[in-house]
Amino acid sequence: MAARKLMKGNEAICHGAVAGGCDAFFGYPITPQNEIPEKMSVLMPANGGIFVQAESEVSAINMVYGAASAGKRAMTSSSSPGISLKQEGISYIAASELPCVMVNVQRGGPGLGNTQPGQADYFQTIKGGGHGDYKVLTLAPWSVQECYEFMPLAFDLADKYLNPAAILMDAILGQMMEAVDLHGDFHYPKYDKPWAVTGAKGREHNIINSLWIDVNVMEALNERLQAKYRAAQRDEIRCAEYLTEDAELVLVAYGSPARICRTVIDLAREDGLKAGLLRPITLYPFPVPRIAELARNGARFLTVEMSCGQMVEDVKLAVNGATDVSFYGRSGGAVPTPVEILDKVRESFGKPQLCVASKDRRSA
Amino acid sequence: MQKVFERPKSLTDLDFSYCPGCAHSIVHRMIAETIDELEIVGDTVGICPVGCAVFMYDYMTCDMIEAAHGRAPAVATGLKRMLPDMIVWTYQGDGDLASIGAAEIIHAAARGENISVIFINNATYGMTGGQMAPTTLLGQRSTTCPTGRDAVVNGYPIRVCEMLATLDGPSYIERVAPTSAAGLVKTKKAIKRSFENQIAGRGFALVEILCNCPTQWKMTPIESLKWVDENMVPIFPLGVFVDK
Repeated sequence: MAARKLMKGNEAICHGAVAGGCDAFFGYPITPQNEIPEKMSVLMPANGGIFVQAESEVSAINMVYGAASAGKRAMTSSSSPGISLKQEGISYIAASELPCVMVNVQRGGPGLGNTQPGQADYFQTIKGGGHGDYKVLTLAPWSVQECYEFMPLAFDLADKYLNPAAILMDAILGQMMEAVDLHGDFHYPKYDKPWAVTGAKGREHNIINSLWIDVNVMEALNERLQAKYRAAQRDEIRCAEYLTEDAELVLVAYGSPARICRTVIDLAREDGLKAGLLRPITLYPFPVPRIAELARNGARFLTVEMSCGQMVEDVKLAVNGATDVSFYGRSGGAVPTPVEILDKVRESFGKPQLCVASKDRRSA
Repeated sequence: MQKVFERPKSLTDLDFSYCPGCAHSIVHRMIAETIDELEIVGDTVGICPVGCAVFMYDYMTCDMIEAAHGRAPAVATGLKRMLPDMIVWTYQGDGDLASIGAAEIIHAAARGENISVIFINNATYGMTGGQMAPTTLLGQRSTTCPTGRDAVVNGYPIRVCEMLATLDGPSYIERVAPTSAAGLVKTKKAIKRSFENQIAGRGFALVEILCNCPTQWKMTPIESLKWVDENMVPIFPLGVFVDK
């Protein structure tokens, strides 16, 4: 019997982790993700798992590395500055071909920034924030329900590709409350993990390692990683669309801004402007083929982010010069309003703006 | 004919890549002997460091993990919490454990993680070419303090055993020096004791082993062993610091 409960996105992450068979959580306090370690300190022991509050983000991700080496499902969560600290470990986990899940409830930055919502960690997450040629399979929920749904999916992708998977959220999603259907109805396969270090009994010893002195061996690892990423690009792209079929202008946004953009689409349609929304659900792999198809069909694009323009680069790569790509963003914890975005849409259709330009408003 | 000395089963057939006279080889062998004697080769996982012992995973027949520099105690924590019956040990040098991984070792000790830590203190960064370590002695020359470690510029060497002994988590901490026949026997005993402590579930155990580095110290093996006794032991006194 499904339970419908009112909760924050951060709490839904925890319920999703349990539903996804999470064995261990390792984390460190940082706002605005604190509800995750707090909730996991109760949920993990109650479900036969392990919770450890680490001494640092660096230690937390290395505890994840140790737990993943044992063949267990391990996760960590943090917010922007803390995710920066984890990058060393993420690179080692990707290079050692271990599965794990990390949740980033993004805040305003750079530096210590603030605890308001942000999306400026896109480059760090999608382009590989640590050293070396690796990618993190990344899911972007836009609702508290999806925070719940995407955790089991993230664990499945991590195990399937033996690679870190990330949930890229923002402070709005982490902190806002919505009713969530905790259906528990997930049907992902189980994965054998013969590589895990569980004791060399009746087999050769297993080694978890990312040191390869021989250049050819190291390059072969890189080629193996790239083959996995190509497979993910083929099989794992997910995106949602709203009124894109006849759209002359397609807004591209993920997470909280995608919800704001959905409102903007309705407002634009009331004015007779043919606008639609494409919401990438997987940020890596990015929905390149669909964006390219819409571009070929003549649609223009407007990318909306809570950053100074990061995902827009991937939209431009997908469009590859076929049509125009414009950008509207707010940053440093600021959230774009529907009217601000609507004005940008109107501008694209040659219509006069409805409100004072946001730049002027900010300086006022 | 009776065989009185043979290669431990817990060592692979691979030759060690260590310099002649280096104590890493001896300590590796002692760990392997311990695993053989306790019959735990199928129930143990070692976590090796960044440094000269980075290839230790190739020398041991048990399951092994290669950790990032300094992070072995955190990796061990994640592993041990998942597999509480597994005998988990780390092998770490002074730069790894007392410098870049200082937070990891202190907190693993404070949590009383039920792991065994083999800490190799040779007062230098051996693999990277003999730079100043957190345990380099005052006046000792290194490639990053070429005129000798100066307390005003470089601070003082860290006594890891004494520092960790202030915590309530550790169950066993001992410092040994395998520079003589008696020292070798004590070192082996201490390593085995740290494993037995873990098997008995007593919590965090650490053995600090004062080791030589003939290559970076620019000495013969014999000279380097003498240097450990004459210069390191007065600063890092031998003995048992915690025994619960």
